[in-house]
Amino acid sequence: MNLLNKFKDPELCLNILDQIKSEIQGEFRFMEVCGTHTVAIFQSGIRTLLPESIIHVSGPGCPVCVTHDREIASYLALAEKDLILATFGDLIKVPGPGGKNLKAAQAEGARIKIVYSAFDALKLALDHPQDKVVFLGVGFETTAPTVAATIKMAAEQGVRNFSVLSFHKLVPPALKALAADRDIQVDGLLLPGHVSTIIGLEPYRFLAEEYQVPSVIGGFEPLDILQAILIMIKQKNKGRPEVVNNYKRVVPDQGNAKAIETMYEVFRPADALWRGLGIIPGSGLAVAQRYEQFDAALVFDQELPQVDEIPGCKCGEVLKGLISPDQCPLFSTRCTPANPVGPCMVSTEGSCAAYHKYRL
Amino acid sequence: MCLAVPMEIMSIEDNVAHVEVGGVKNQVRLDIIDEPPQVGDFVIVHAGFALRRIDREEGLETLKLFQEGLGLELIK
Ligand code: SF4
Repeated sequence: MNLLNKFKDPELCLNILDQIKSEIQGEFRFMEVCGTHTVAIFQSGIRTLLPESIIHVSGPGCPVCVTHDREIASYLALAEKDLILATFGDLIKVPGPGGKNLKAAQAEGARIKIVYSAFDALKLALDHPQDKVVFLGVGFETTAPTVAATIKMAAEQGVRNFSVLSFHKLVPPALKALAADRDIQVDGLLLPGHVSTIIGLEPYRFLAEEYQVPSVIGGFEPLDILQAILIMIKQKNKGRPEVVNNYKRVVPDQGNAKAIETMYEVFRPADALWRGLGIIPGSGLAVAQRYEQFDAALVFDQELPQVDEIPGCKCGEVLKGLISPDQCPLFSTRCTPANPVGPCMVSTEGSCAAYHKYRL
Repeated sequence: MCLAVPMEIMSIEDNVAHVEVGGVKNQVRLDIIDEPPQVGDFVIVHAGFALRRIDREEGLETLKLFQEGLGLELIK
């Protein structure tokens, strides 16, 4: 049997499922942090197989979804200036204040280009020396090092018409805020696979040590996910929470030192505003002083505008796992992937979009 | 947006690898990878950069997952 089929093998999966059923005592709430896990859990049908006493909630693991209204307002304001805005495609439909998004801004004449990487945005700047090009930096530790490497390249090549509006966010501080919030009860955390490829195991240790939350770095195959759930349940039963790397075939325990080094050469930790979670100290990345000529917030004197929240949207509660998307009154009625009211319905990795697509 | 896809390295020039998946060719930067890959290796690619070298067999297998999950014709 080849390797992948092993991770899908129904017999192995059923075997783990049986173990889960025999180990589970009372209710067990687990949260997955990563949007790709959200989709995998639905797609593989795991939700329907698990016993009812296992409650699955989605967390703040989709970079588009956690982008705050004020951040969206800020980049929409930037789009009105005389510049080219380069962005990942995911952000183009995210509604800001008054329901306006980048697509609408584009229709009104703003110069917005979708790029596949920060490096493509830098190339855009080199190809348009007369224009200022700003890249919208969103994403977690998976993405931030790629943007950092691009800023370094821009510095080495003396590029003067390129900058980044950095709304990057760091996962461990957000998990700390969740773990410390008494309203949010989770018995286990399924930790994100690709963020962990960069940061490794160490930054999660506090989850078990300070907050006694069993936490597992897991892959995206059915077997990976079931194994992770079993490990979390066993830890809870034993009363011995740990942080386990159950995705060793892709995630090294020590992470990727070179990526981290690049990230912290170009960025410095800063407070960041999260949708639903508010300001979390040290959970964002601002451009470091040494590279400040590439900091769009400074270059364009860009502050976060005060804005009203989107009326009726419950993304914040969804991201904290306090409600499931179908408990939002707008879910699948006024808010659909074709006409999203909030960001959780925009990104394919958003909880609301996943619920809408795979609703059981 | 956090999708990280494994791609096979066809050639390497300086800090750029030419990668391919299912006939789709691309270039990825090697600036932040800590374990320099070689031609024939697979790398996990995210936003135009290689994040990590992975075992060839694992690369092939993970690709199948993407193919099934996303309905893409990545490998024959
Ligand atoms: S269903 Fe729509 S309006 Fe409701 S929380 Fe999700 S994104 Fe927001």
